Amino acid sequence: MKARVFVTLKNGVLDPQGKAIGNALHNLGFASVGDVRQGKVIEIELGESDSTRAKAQLKDMCEKLLANTVIEKYEIELR
Amino acid sequence: MKAAVIVFPASNCDRDAATALEYFTGTKPAMVWHGESDVPDVDLIVLPGGFSYGDYLRCGAMAAHSRIMRDIKKKADEGVAVLGICNGFQILAESGLLPGTLLRNADLKFVCRPVNLVVEESQSAFTRKYSTGDHVRFPVAHGEGNYFADDETLKRLEGEGRVAFRYANGDNPNGSIRNIAGILNEKRNVLGMMPHPERVCDAMLGGTDGRPLFESLVEALT
Repeated sequence: MKARVFVTLKNGVLDPQGKAIGNALHNLGFASVGDVRQGKVIEIELGESDSTRAKAQLKDMCEKLLANTVIEKYEIELR
Repeated sequence: MKAAVIVFPASNCDRDAATALEYFTGTKPAMVWHGESDVPDVDLIVLPGGFSYGDYLRCGAMAAHSRIMRDIKKKADEGVAVLGICNGFQILAESGLLPGTLLRNADLKFVCRPVNLVVEESQSAFTRKYSTGDHVRFPVAHGEGNYFADDETLKRLEGEGRVAFRYANGDNPNGSIRNIAGILNEKRNVLGMMPHPERVCDAMLGGTDGRPLFESLVEALT
């Protein structure tokens, strides 16, 4: 089973990288660009066939290591 | 005072810390590799600056889960003094020994220069040789030193006198909330700070404002 974990900054946490990307897009002429937030995607291969158990493990991974829940939120996608 | 310096892969201020500790204690500190399971019996554990694990995932995130951290958490709970400088502060925040976290500097730039600080709290083993309100000048060298915590945590830190150092007004190098440069844990035996006191212990290297911090520790822990 493969999983994708999306880790992004919580709303309200300053994202200077996202801001810089937004400014760069404006400079390139993409005038319609509004707020930009940057995050990361982590792809994980799991030796687990039960999706409920896989999700529980992934949630645990996010809480313990993949995300810093002081500032970040996460989403889990199984495929 | 017996001290240990923890060495992670890509620590780069471990020897600076060791030199400062040897100067103030007269003995070489134990240098402890992160893969060890126990820290020797010491009064002070220093987590030095650097770029442990190449700052992978988040600064300090990998180091916070290395084997030695289990024993450091245990010893910190038992009251052993722990000082985290720069990357050491990031590791302490990631490991939950200190609240909040260090974000990317607000202007996205790595900043490497001396900054002016105010000692906010002289009631700790780390700062007793300073007076509250003292102005000191320590160097900083980091790209991710922008302290952040939620309002409730900030209220607690301020209310309990746990903000040990603040950047002087107008000299905040990284956008840290409320100019916070260094904080104490609840039991006041763990201090994390972004500026480098170990780099200002010798006039030849540009200043001696860091000396009282080590003298405080020697006095409190000997």
